[in-house]
Amino acid sequence: MSSPSDVREKIRKKRRELQESLGRVRDDKQALVPSDWDLSKENEHTAVEELPGGEEDPGETLRRSVMAKRMKKKKKLLKEMAVESPPDEEEVTAVQEMREEQDRGDDVESPPARSPRDLPPRPVIRPGSSQSETTMRLRMTEKLRAAKSKAASLLQQESIIEPTSRLQSLRDRDTLTRFDRNTDPDLQANEDSSFAARLKFRDAARHAAKDKRAEAGLPTAEEAYNFFTFNFDPEPQQQQRYKKKHSRRREAEEEGEGESGEEDEEKEEEEGEEEGELEREHEGEEESEARDEDASLVRDDEEDLFIIDQSAQDFLEVRRAEYIGYSRRLQRERETLFVPSMRPVPASSKLPENVRPRYLEEEGLYVGERPPVCLTNQNILENRILKQAEGRKWFGDDGRIIALPDPIKESSSRPPLFQLEDELDPALQTVYRKALKTKHVNLYIAGMGNPQADYQLDVDVSGLIFSHHPLFSREHVLAARLAQLYDQHLTRQHKNLTGLLTDKLNSLRNTIHNMLELHRGEALSQVAQQRIAEYKQEVRHTRQLRDVEQEKDRALLKTIIRVWKELKALRDFQRFTNTPFKLFMRREKVDREQDEQEFENDIIAEVSELQAEAEEDYQRKMSEYRRQHEEWKSWKRKQKALKKKQKKKIQQEEEEENEESEEELGEEPDKSEPPEKPDMGDLEEQVQEKAARIRRKPGEPVLIPELTLSGPVTPNEQCPRAEFSRREDVAKRSLFIKVLYNDKEVSRTDSRNLNMDFRVHFGQIFNLKIVNWPESIKLQVFESVGSSSSLLAEVCVPVPESSVLTGSALFEEMEFSSNQRVTFNHEGVGSGVPFSFEADGTNTQTLLTSGKLSCCVSWAVGEDDIPLAPPSSQPGGGMYSGLRQMDAIACIGASGLNDMKKLGKWAAESRLDPNDPSNVSIMQLLSVVSGGDVAVPEYFRLEQLQEEFNFQTDEELHRSRRFRLLRLRSQEVPEFRHFKCVPSMERDISEKVFQDYEKRLKEGEVIDTKEHIDAHRALVAKYLQRVRESVINRFLIAKHHFILSDVVSEDEVPSIGVLGWNLFKLAEPKRPLKPRRKERKKVTAQNLSDGDIKLLVNIIRGYDIPVRRPYASKPPASAKSGRSFTEPFTAPVSSQTPQQGSEWPFGQPLIRPFVEVSFQRSVLQTSTAEGPNPCWNEEIVLPFSAPNGDYSSTILQSVKDEVFINIFDEVLYDVVEDERERGNTIHTRIERHWLGSIKIPFSTIYLQSRIDGTFKVSTPPVLLGYNKERSLGSEGGYDAVRSLSEGTFLSLFITIEPQLVPGDTIREKFDSQESERLLIASEVFEKEASRRFPDRPCLTTVIDINGKTVFITRFIRPLNPPQELLDAFPNGPQETTELVARYVSLVPSLPDSVSFAGVCDLWSTCDQFLTLLAGDEEEHAVLLCNYFLSMGKRAWLIIGIAIPEGPTAYVLTYEQNRYLIWNPSTGQHYGQYDTFCPLQTIGCLINSDNVWFNIQPYAAPVRMIFDVSKPNLWKPFFSRSFPDPGLSSVQPEGLVYRHTDRAAAVELQDRIEKVLREKIMEWRPRHPTRWNRYCISTLRQFLPKLELSGGREVAEEHRLELQSLLGEYRISGFPLHLPFSEIRPIIEAVHSTGVHMVEAPNVEFALAVYVHPYPGNVLSVWVYIASLVSAH
Amino acid sequence: MTSNNPSVFLLMVNGQIEAADFPEYDDLYCKYCFVYGHDWAPTSGLEEGISQITSKGRGSQSLVWNFPLDITFKSTNPFGWPQIVVSVYGPDTFGNDVVRGYGAVHIPFTPGKHTKTIPMFVPESTSRLQKFTSWLMGRLPEFTDPKVVAQGEGREVTRVRSQGFVTLQFNIVTKDMKKLGYETTSEHSAATGLTRTSQQL
Repeated sequence: MSSPSDVREKIRKKRRELQESLGRVRDDKQALVPSDWDLSKENEHTAVEELPGGEEDPGETLRRSVMAKRMKKKKKLLKEMAVESPPDEEEVTAVQEMREEQDRGDDVESPPARSPRDLPPRPVIRPGSSQSETTMRLRMTEKLRAAKSKAASLLQQESIIEPTSRLQSLRDRDTLTRFDRNTDPDLQANEDSSFAARLKFRDAARHAAKDKRAEAGLPTAEEAYNFFTFNFDPEPQQQQRYKKKHSRRREAEEEGEGESGEEDEEKEEEEGEEEGELEREHEGEEESEARDEDASLVRDDEEDLFIIDQSAQDFLEVRRAEYIGYSRRLQRERETLFVPSMRPVPASSKLPENVRPRYLEEEGLYVGERPPVCLTNQNILENRILKQAEGRKWFGDDGRIIALPDPIKESSSRPPLFQLEDELDPALQTVYRKALKTKHVNLYIAGMGNPQADYQLDVDVSGLIFSHHPLFSREHVLAARLAQLYDQHLTRQHKNLTGLLTDKLNSLRNTIHNMLELHRGEALSQVAQQRIAEYKQEVRHTRQLRDVEQEKDRALLKTIIRVWKELKALRDFQRFTNTPFKLFMRREKVDREQDEQEFENDIIAEVSELQAEAEEDYQRKMSEYRRQHEEWKSWKRKQKALKKKQKKKIQQEEEEENEESEEELGEEPDKSEPPEKPDMGDLEEQVQEKAARIRRKPGEPVLIPELTLSGPVTPNEQCPRAEFSRREDVAKRSLFIKVLYNDKEVSRTDSRNLNMDFRVHFGQIFNLKIVNWPESIKLQVFESVGSSSSLLAEVCVPVPESSVLTGSALFEEMEFSSNQRVTFNHEGVGSGVPFSFEADGTNTQTLLTSGKLSCCVSWAVGEDDIPLAPPSSQPGGGMYSGLRQMDAIACIGASGLNDMKKLGKWAAESRLDPNDPSNVSIMQLLSVVSGGDVAVPEYFRLEQLQEEFNFQTDEELHRSRRFRLLRLRSQEVPEFRHFKCVPSMERDISEKVFQDYEKRLKEGEVIDTKEHIDAHRALVAKYLQRVRESVINRFLIAKHHFILSDVVSEDEVPSIGVLGWNLFKLAEPKRPLKPRRKERKKVTAQNLSDGDIKLLVNIIRGYDIPVRRPYASKPPASAKSGRSFTEPFTAPVSSQTPQQGSEWPFGQPLIRPFVEVSFQRSVLQTSTAEGPNPCWNEEIVLPFSAPNGDYSSTILQSVKDEVFINIFDEVLYDVVEDERERGNTIHTRIERHWLGSIKIPFSTIYLQSRIDGTFKVSTPPVLLGYNKERSLGSEGGYDAVRSLSEGTFLSLFITIEPQLVPGDTIREKFDSQESERLLIASEVFEKEASRRFPDRPCLTTVIDINGKTVFITRFIRPLNPPQELLDAFPNGPQETTELVARYVSLVPSLPDSVSFAGVCDLWSTCDQFLTLLAGDEEEHAVLLCNYFLSMGKRAWLIIGIAIPEGPTAYVLTYEQNRYLIWNPSTGQHYGQYDTFCPLQTIGCLINSDNVWFNIQPYAAPVRMIFDVSKPNLWKPFFSRSFPDPGLSSVQPEGLVYRHTDRAAAVELQDRIEKVLREKIMEWRPRHPTRWNRYCISTLRQFLPKLELSGGREVAEEHRLELQSLLGEYRISGFPLHLPFSEIRPIIEAVHSTGVHMVEAPNVEFALAVYVHPYPGNVLSVWVYIASLVSAH
Repeated sequence: MTSNNPSVFLLMVNGQIEAADFPEYDDLYCKYCFVYGHDWAPTSGLEEGISQITSKGRGSQSLVWNFPLDITFKSTNPFGWPQIVVSVYGPDTFGNDVVRGYGAVHIPFTPGKHTKTIPMFVPESTSRLQKFTSWLMGRLPEFTDPKVVAQGEGREVTRVRSQGFVTLQFNIVTKDMKKLGYETTSEHSAATGLTRTSQQL
C-alpha cells in the first residue's frame, strides 16, 4: 500500500494527462450547467431502467433521430478519445480499489458505495460486474456519442444561419443546446468575454491554489467548481471493464463541462486544485458553489457520502504548524475571498450587451408583485450572482432578479388555537351565528385605499312649501290653487310659446310669399315646388300648435279669474281672510286700429291658406276619383265585350259557363262619387269663430293678472271659533327633515314651526363624508305635533353626477305627497277626505297632502378647489361600476356564471388582464367557449361529474336482484333487515325473495276489502298505514342518533343523599318482617331465545261471580216493576234470591268457577273452585315466543297478542241414560259456561313489567242461566251510579319472567312550533315533577301525529258531540252524559305502542281520531273531555296510572258536588270514593287553560282533594310568574259527523253473521252444527233493544221471553258487545267464550248479530251466541 | 367443494394477539371478538375469546399474551369485512377490574403474514368529578358494547383517550376470492417488487 501522498501524487498526474487529452476533445463543449443536468439525468434514466427509446421524453427521441443521421461525422472524434484514455483509467482504478479495501476494513456493514467526491469523478467498475451493467454502460456511451454527433451537426447549422443568436437574450441562449458551440471557435471567444468576470476570479483562485498546496486551506468556489466540471471523459470501450459505482450522471456532467477543461491547461493550477480538493474531503466541508451539484449528486441512495469520514485519517499528514503573517493572510484572503459590494449594480452589467431593459409591465403584460426584499440585500445578492458563472441568467429582461410573485399572505389565514387544555373557557366558545348579508359592505368606493381620498356630499335642504296640507282651510285650498295657476301663468308667460309660434308662423308665411314672389310668372322648379309644399306643411302644423297654445293661455286666464272670484266669494261668505293673496288685473290698452288690422290680416291669411289647402285636398281627391272612375270604366267595357261574346255563344253554352267567365273578370270596382267642392265661405266662418274663441278680441285690452301677498289677514281674535282652533292647530305643528343616506339616517334638520302660509324654511346644509358608494339619498319629511312625530312623505333625491358641485348646483323642487287620511273638526279641510265648497255639499273634492321640497345635493368642493367627488363612474354604469369591474359575480350575478355569453361580455367590458393568475380560470373558460362550439348546457348541475362516478346506471342497479336486495337491506326494510349472506351471484338469488315484499307493497295500495268489510275502514287503515310508515321512518332515523349513555356506560355520580341512604341501609335488618318486592335484575332483550321468556299469571281470587240460576220452566212471579235505570241489577236480584235456594237442584253448588288463561294459543286453566267468591291462588306459567324469534325491544313492544283470562263455570251433567246404572256408575258430561273475561294486552305487561290488582271482569249484559249474586247495598244519589260499575272481579298478578327491559322511547327532540320559552318551562316542570314524585306521571307536551311537539292544553277545547246523542234523551242529562261516554268508548282502541312500535305516544286531534276511528286512551279521554266541556260540564283530563292500562288518561268531571272519574275506553264512570276504580294514581290534571301537577301526599283518587285552586296541593304550570301566553287550540272549531248509512250497517251485520257462522262450524270439525232458527230470530229481535238500553234494562224481561219461547231447551248464552274495528277481534272474542265447545249430541246453536250505527261511522256490534240443549 | 362456480369465498385467519404495550399498567388480560357484516358467517373457530392475565417481564415493558386466533369466515360480499375488536382489562390500584383499552382493526385483505399494531383507547369520563368518583369506585367508563369501536355510528358522542398499543399477527389465507371477481393482490405490486430488486443490484 502506498502512502496517501503517493496516491495523491499519482492521481494528480493521471488527471493532468487526462485533462490534456480530453481538453482538446471537449473544449468545444458548452458548459451550461442546467442543460447539462437535464442531459445527465436523462442519461442516467435510460441507463438504469434500460428503457427503449420509446419511453424517453419526446425531445430526447427527436434528438436521437437527428443524432443517428449525424453519427458518422462525429465518429472520428470519438475514436480519438477512445484511444487516448484507456491507460489513465486503469491506474485510477487501481487506486480506487485500494481505497475501497480500506473502507471495507473500517466498516464492513456499510455498502461499498462511495461519495462521488472521494476521488476524481471517475466511474469505477469493479471487475466481474454483471452483464447487465455492461450493457447499460454500452447504451450510455452510445447515447453519449449520439448526443455529441447531434450537437456537432446542430452547431454546423447554427453557425451558418445565425451566428449571433446567443447574444439576443438569455432566454434564447437557454434554448440552444450546449452543442451549438462545439465547432464554433469564433463564438467561443464571444462566450469567453461574457464570462470575463469569472475568468478573472479564477485567476485569483489559481494563485491561491498554488499557495495552498502546503496548508489545509479552504477550497475556493473556483476549485469546487472546477472539480465538478472537469472533463474526464468516460471511454465507452474501456469502461466496460469497470464497475459501475458512481452515478452515470457524472459522466454526462463531465462531458458537458468542456469549457473548464479548456481553461485548465496549466498543470500547476490543476494540482493545486487537486490538493485543495483532497484537503477538503478530509475536513468534510462543503463549498457553497458546489452545493447545487452536490445535492443532486447525493440523490442516489446507494452512495454514502460520509463514508469518507472513516477513512479520513489515512490521508492525514502530521506536520508542524505553519504561521502566516497577518498581512500576508489578509492579502491572500483578499485574493481568495470575495466580498460582494452593497452598491447597486448598474443595469448594463446585468443585461447582455446592447440590450435595453425591457419592462414587461409597461408592455401591458401582467407582472406579479415581487416579494419585498431589503435593497442592500438585493444589491449584495446581485453582486454575488454576477460574479458567478452564468450569473446573468438570474436576471430578467428588465434587469432585475427574476422573482416569482409573493406567495405569502399578509395575514395568517388561520388564527392560532389557544385550546391547549381540553376544557375551553365558555366565554371563548364558538357561537354559531347565521351569516348576515350586509348590503353595503362591499360597496366601498374604489380607490378608498388612499387616505387623501375623502368624498363629501353636500345636501342642502332649503325649504318646503305645501300645496296641500290637512290644515288648509277652504280659503287656503283656493288660494293654493290660485297660486298654482298663477305660477303656471307666469311660466307660460315666461316661455311665451304663443308669441314664438306666431312669429314662426309669420316668418314661414313670409318665406313662402318671398319664394312665390321670386319665381313670379316663371314655372317653379321641382325643388322649389317641393320646398314650398314642405313650408306649407310646416305652416299648417305651426298654426295648429299656435292655436292650441293660444287656447290654453286663454283658458288659464279664465280659470285664474274664476278661482279669484271664488276666493273673493268665499272671503265674503266666511267674513274673514286667511290668506294674503290678492289678484290684480292689469289692463294694457292697445291700439284698436292696429289690433283690428292685424287680426283681420291674420284671419285673411289663415283663410287663404285653408282655402289653398282645401283646394289641394279637393284636387287630390278629384284625381283619386278620376283614377277610380277610369278603372270602373275599363271594367265596364270589358264586361260589355264579354257579354257580347256570351250572346254569341248562348246557344251552345250553359249559364254556368257564363258565370265562370264573369268571375274571371274579377270584382266590380266601386263606382265612386266625385268629391264635393269645398265651401269657401264656410271656411271663413270657421276661422272667425275659432279666433273669437281662443283669441283676444281685437281692441280688447290685454289682461295681465298680478298676484300679490298684500291682502290683510284677519287677526285671530276676529275669527270664528272653528277657524281659531284651526290656526291654533297650525301653530302647534312643526316640521323637520331627516336625511337618509343609503337608507341610514345621517342627519336631520332642526324642527321648524309651520307658518300660516304653509311654507317652511330650513336653509340647512349637511356635509356628508362618505365611504360607501352613494346608492340612495332620501329626505323624509316629518311633521311633529307636540312630542310625537309622523312621517309625512319621503323624497328620493337622485345621486348627483360627479360634475355637480356645490356652488354651481341648482336647487331642485321635489314634489312629494302622502296619502294619509286626516280629518279635523275645525276649519281644516283635512286630507284624503272629500270636502266641498258648495253649501249643499255637491262638487266634492278630495285633496291629498302634497307639497314641494326644495333641496340641492351636490359634491363638495375641497379647500384647493378640488371636487370631493369619487372618481367618475362610467356614465351608464351607475354606482356599482367600480365594483363591477372587480368582481364578476357581483356584476352578472351568480347565475350569470353559467351564461358564457354574459361572462364573455363582462370580461370584454372590464378589460380583464389575461395574464393575471387570478383570472386564469375565467380566461380558460372563455377560450373554451369562444374557441370551439362547446355547447354550454342549459341546465345547472350540482355534481357535474356524478355520472362518471356512478357505479352502474340506475336501471341496471334496479334490475339487478342482488343490488336490490343489498339496497333494501341497508334501508332496513323489515323483510330484509336481517337478511344474511346475500348471494354473490345474481343467479343465486331467486325471485321469491322479493315476493313477500312486493306483496306487501301491493297490499299497501289495494286494501283487501274483504278483510276490512267496509270501505271506509279500508281507507282509514290505509291512512293509518301511511302514517305509521312515516313515523317509523322518522324513528329509524332517530334510532341512529346516539347519546353518551347508549355508547358508554358510566356510573352516575352518587349524590350525598344516595350515599347517606346507602350507609343507612347497612343498618337495615337482614330479614325484615314485612319483606318488599325487590327489583329483579333486568335482562337485556338481545340474548334471549325461544322458551326463555315465560308469562306468569297468578290468579288469586274472584269476587261476585254470577251464580247459576236454577232451571225454571215457569217464569218467576216477579215482574219488572218499578225498576229504574239506577238500579238495574239490584231489583231483580232481590226478587229472585229467595227462590234460589229452593229451586236449585239438590247437591249442586251455586257455581263451580275456574279460570282459563289463554295466550298465544296456549291455554291453561286453574283448578275448579266453588262459590261466587272463589279463591284459587294458583300460578299459571305460559310460554312466550316472539315473532320470528326476534327479541329486540322494538319487536317485543309491537307484539299484539293479548292475554285472555276467562272465567268459566264448570257444569256437570249426568249423562247416564239408564237409571239402573246410577248407583254404581258415574257418567257425567262436563260443560263449561263462559261467565266473563279480562283481556290484557301483552304490550301492557311488557311495558309495565308487572300487573297487580283486582280487575273487573267484563261480563256480558245478559248471562242466560246465571244470576248476579246480590251485591252490597247501594243507596242514594250518585252511589247508585257507582253500583253500576260493580260486577265480577278478579285479583291477578301478572309478570314476565325474566324481567325484560322495556325499550326506551325516543329521546329525539322533535321540532316544535311552540315558543322556546314554553318548551324550556315545560321541560323544567316535568323534571321537577319527576324529581319530587317519580311515580306520578306528568305530561305537559305531547307529540302530535305530524311528529311535532305540542303543548298539551292545546288539545282541550269544547267540541260538540253528535246532535243525535244530545237529542236522544231530551230531559235526562245523566243519560245523555252516559250515552256520550258510551259513544266515545265505541271508538275502537288501538294502543300507540302497538301501531308505532317503540316510537312514542302520538296524540291525534279529535277530528283525526274520529277519522281514523282508532286511538289510544288519550285520544278517547281528550274526546270525552271535550264533549263534556261543550255540554257545559266542568271537566279535566287526568293523566295517571290505572290498571291494567298503566300510564293512561281519564276524565274527571265535577257535577252535583261530586267528582266523577270516567274511563273513556269503556265508558264507565266511578265516584271518587269508589274502591274498584281502576285509576290508581293521579299525576296531573289538564284543562284548556292550565296543567296542574299533583303535589299532595297521596295520589290515589280516594285520598285526594280535587280543588286545583289550592296551590299547595296542585302545582299549576302557568302561574303568575309564567302566565299563559294564550295558546290556541289545535283542535278544530267543531266536529262534523257523517250520518252513518243504516243500510251499510245492515249489510255489515249480515256479513259478520255469515263469517261467524262459518267460523263456528269450522271450530267444530267433529260435530255437526245445527242452528236453531227460531231462537235466532228471537235473539235478533232482542239485540236492538239491548243496544238502546245500553245492555241493562231489558235483561230480565228478555230472559223470561226466551224461556217462555224455548221452554224445552236448556239455554246458555250471552250477548257480546264490541266496538267495531275489524272482523278479527270479533271472531277472537267469540272463540274465547268457548260456546262452540259444547259437545252434547243434540246441541243446537243460535247466533245473532246486530250492528248499530252511530254518527261518524262509529259502529256498535252485538253478537248474541247461545247454545241450546234440549231438555228431553 | 371444488366447484368452478363458487358462491362464497373463504377467509381463513390465524394468528395471535402477540403482545401489548401499556406503559403504566400491568397484569392485563384481553378479550377479542369479531365484527362482521351481514354477508359474513364464521364457519369454524372461535369468534370470541379471553386471554390469560399476563404480567410484564423484569426487563421488558411489553405484556406478552401470544393468544392464538383461529377462525374461518365465509362470505359472499366483501362489504362488512371482518374486524377484530380487542379490549384489554386489568386491575386498578384498588384491585378493581377496569378497562384499559379498546381497539379494532380490519383483518388484512391480502393473503400472507401481517403484523398489525393497534393503538388502544378508553372512553373518558364526562367530567372531572365523574373521573374522580369513577376512579374511587373502580368503575371507569366503558363502552356498553366493545363492538362500538368497530363502527362509526354513535362515536360522535364519546371522547376517548389513547392508551397503549396491542400488536397482532395475522396469517391470511383466502379461497375463491378471485373466482368471485375480487382481487386483493395486484400484479402491480409484484412488478414493482421486481424493479426494486433490480435497482438494488
